[in-house]
Amino acid sequence: MVMACGWRSLLPLLDPSFGVGRGLRHQPIPVQNGRLHNLDDEERMDMTDKEVSKEDIIEEARSLRWEVGGDFHEKIVESIYADAARIADRAVTREDEQGGFDFDRFIDQVVTSKVWGFPIMLLMLTLVFWLTISGANVPSRLLSSLLLDTVHPLLKQASDMVGLPGWLDGVLIDGGYLATAWVISVMLPPMAIFFPLFTLLEDFGYLPRVAFNLDNLFRKAGAHGKQALSMTMGFGCNAAGVVSTRIIDSPRERLIAIITNNFALCNGRWPTQILIATLFVGSLVPGYLAGLISALAVVGIALLGVLLTFAVSWALSHSVLKGEPSTFSLELPPYRPPRVLQTLYTSLIDRTLIVLWRAVVFALPAGIVIWVIANLNVAGTSIAEHLIQFLNPLGVLIGLNGVILVAYIVAIPANEIVIPTVLMLTVMTTGLSGVGEGAGVMFELESASKTMEIFRAGGWTLLTGVNLMLFSLIHNPCSTTIYTIYKETRSAKWTAVAALLPLGMGFVVTLLVAQIWRLVRGLL
Amino acid sequence: MEAKEKIMNQGKESREVKDRGQDSGIPAPCETCPVHHAANLKKLGVDMADWDFVVALAGNPNTGKSTVFNALTGLRQHTGNWPGKTVTRAEGGMEYGGYRFKLVDLPGTYSLLATSLDEEIARDFILFGRPDVTVVMVDATRLERNLNLVLQVLEITNRVVVCLNLMDEAERHGLTVDHRRLARDLGVPVVPTVARYDKGLDDLLDAIHDVATGQAVGKPYHVQYDQPQVDRAVSRLEQRVQAVFPDVPNAKWVALRLLDGDERIIEAIEEGELGDLQYGDGMRVEEPAPAS
Repeated sequence: MVMACGWRSLLPLLDPSFGVGRGLRHQPIPVQNGRLHNLDDEERMDMTDKEVSKEDIIEEARSLRWEVGGDFHEKIVESIYADAARIADRAVTREDEQGGFDFDRFIDQVVTSKVWGFPIMLLMLTLVFWLTISGANVPSRLLSSLLLDTVHPLLKQASDMVGLPGWLDGVLIDGGYLATAWVISVMLPPMAIFFPLFTLLEDFGYLPRVAFNLDNLFRKAGAHGKQALSMTMGFGCNAAGVVSTRIIDSPRERLIAIITNNFALCNGRWPTQILIATLFVGSLVPGYLAGLISALAVVGIALLGVLLTFAVSWALSHSVLKGEPSTFSLELPPYRPPRVLQTLYTSLIDRTLIVLWRAVVFALPAGIVIWVIANLNVAGTSIAEHLIQFLNPLGVLIGLNGVILVAYIVAIPANEIVIPTVLMLTVMTTGLSGVGEGAGVMFELESASKTMEIFRAGGWTLLTGVNLMLFSLIHNPCSTTIYTIYKETRSAKWTAVAALLPLGMGFVVTLLVAQIWRLVRGLL
Repeated sequence: MEAKEKIMNQGKESREVKDRGQDSGIPAPCETCPVHHAANLKKLGVDMADWDFVVALAGNPNTGKSTVFNALTGLRQHTGNWPGKTVTRAEGGMEYGGYRFKLVDLPGTYSLLATSLDEEIARDFILFGRPDVTVVMVDATRLERNLNLVLQVLEITNRVVVCLNLMDEAERHGLTVDHRRLARDLGVPVVPTVARYDKGLDDLLDAIHDVATGQAVGKPYHVQYDQPQVDRAVSRLEQRVQAVFPDVPNAKWVALRLLDGDERIIEAIEEGELGDLQYGDGMRVEEPAPAS
């Protein structure tokens, strides 16, 4: 109650209508029909009831406002608070507060402390990825052996028996089916582990603490503290992250949040990161460390994204979007024991299946497109080959290759299908044999892994892997996000900035890494 | 989820209720008639053509409002913006006891004094849309702070159900909340729930149903402004308001807001908008939905 009075007392000053009432001298109320009546004369007022007009009410309110005094607002609020306190007091009985140890407050003190806040955040993130990477191995292998090694040949046999024409067989089975099967075997297991874990953290109430920890950094970058929330949302889906920037009132800070949201690694890109980290980074160290090191690599990329968010926010707020950050208050909700079963259910339905469905919906036509461009010949070579040859010099320059760049063009509608596209294009253009037999074993760490074989056949090195991880973090948002940005900003200019800025940065970063890498390589 | 399974589809019966209202043309409120203001609701972006009752969901932030909203509406919901505002709003539908309820999730606010856009939206919806039921979500662990909002809602409408949520947490914190006593003190139904685990939602549905159909009539507690000056000024202004707008159900509250210099209320009086706030027009304005 006391707290309320303190700031409430300022309110009448801020209230524009209040000044009007105050300025009026206390005077009898003029009533239509030329009659005057006195304030104290209640009987007469009752008689004139019928003649009272709307204007009279407002006039009378003005003069009465003068009578009740300037602290009226305060009085009302005070009365409400007093009654609320009284009623609450009657209804609530408190157990003896012996000890007074508040568990919530204790956790808060630790997870938002200056010393432990950030290390704990990193630890949590690493733990989540480590569980994801080491847990996804087995189911991924099972799925791919089922979908690619068993079902694919069966489908081929069936189409032979039915006598399907070669092109239809190719489009449907080697194109559509294979891409879909790849997407499922690559993405389903890590998603089915990662999303429930992430949702559990969310449900427990940890994410607002993350926002709390990051708030200070955002303010220093000249951005709104609530951007921490839209960024964490972006870790799920950038389109959702962009929509969630609505919580930021100032248009300047909102634009910064929208433009930088793409640096939060989204659903569609986590699997790419996890896979490439496992195959290229994890394989550098002995088996027992592989899971941990891969997880750290993914955390590193995610942190780089956060760092870029700060850097770009700072640059924007000190150049084209100048201004002071506005303040806000963030309520830290009480910790709630996570509902494990519900969380598993909703994260499976809401996130895993929806994301997977989206991937499948885009992968099926993409698979068909890939098969078509890989098999339609123009001047003796396939269209895909033409495209890849055309983009290869640029790709090699920035430490990637033509296949990856073509994959990123095909994958504009959905980041989820980058890896399957890369695999299919590599297989089809290098003429690798035995595609249907275990080519999709994604999370096997042995050097004999079939996936690795495909990458090797495509001439991949550790640099390719690292730069693919970087490029996957720093490139244009998917078409859904771009459209969402346009819907939210209603500006083609800012939409273009949001799409092209990260793409340009991606080229610069990968180019630098590739050049330095080669330089160092040459020196060694 | 359990709550939804109990929902029955008896659309026919509810259609009859509406027809009765139209045929008789009696403006006086009947017991089971909806009281919502269809014309104003339309302005507020809610089309009542396919619904019997409209239920507003109010509450402080972090009280489990969305959890209850999702549990009650399931997949039958969509999100949009408040008309002319950038504030998002969710609305959905449910059927219970043979009636079709439209649920509107109001922005989470700590008060209705219209000091922020969110508060203004919530306040305007309850005042001008006059929902058949306003459910106020209350955090049982922070009863005092949450009651501020409840008391302010009770000043505007008596068609209130208080949903006392997070009862499990209150227990964890060593708090016992006597919901019966609270209901007696507030004069409206109070339903204890643990929305996260779907506990008490059936009782909530019953309470919403009873208040909407007029089977439970609230006699809400009104805040005591223990200052003779204020009381005198309020009652005088209240009389004036009643003289011009005889059917306004909450003249005292209007008077209070006027004294506080509430721009929106002053405007509502100038425009005569307040005059629309009469009982019984919930059925008058209903037009049969165009077949589509």
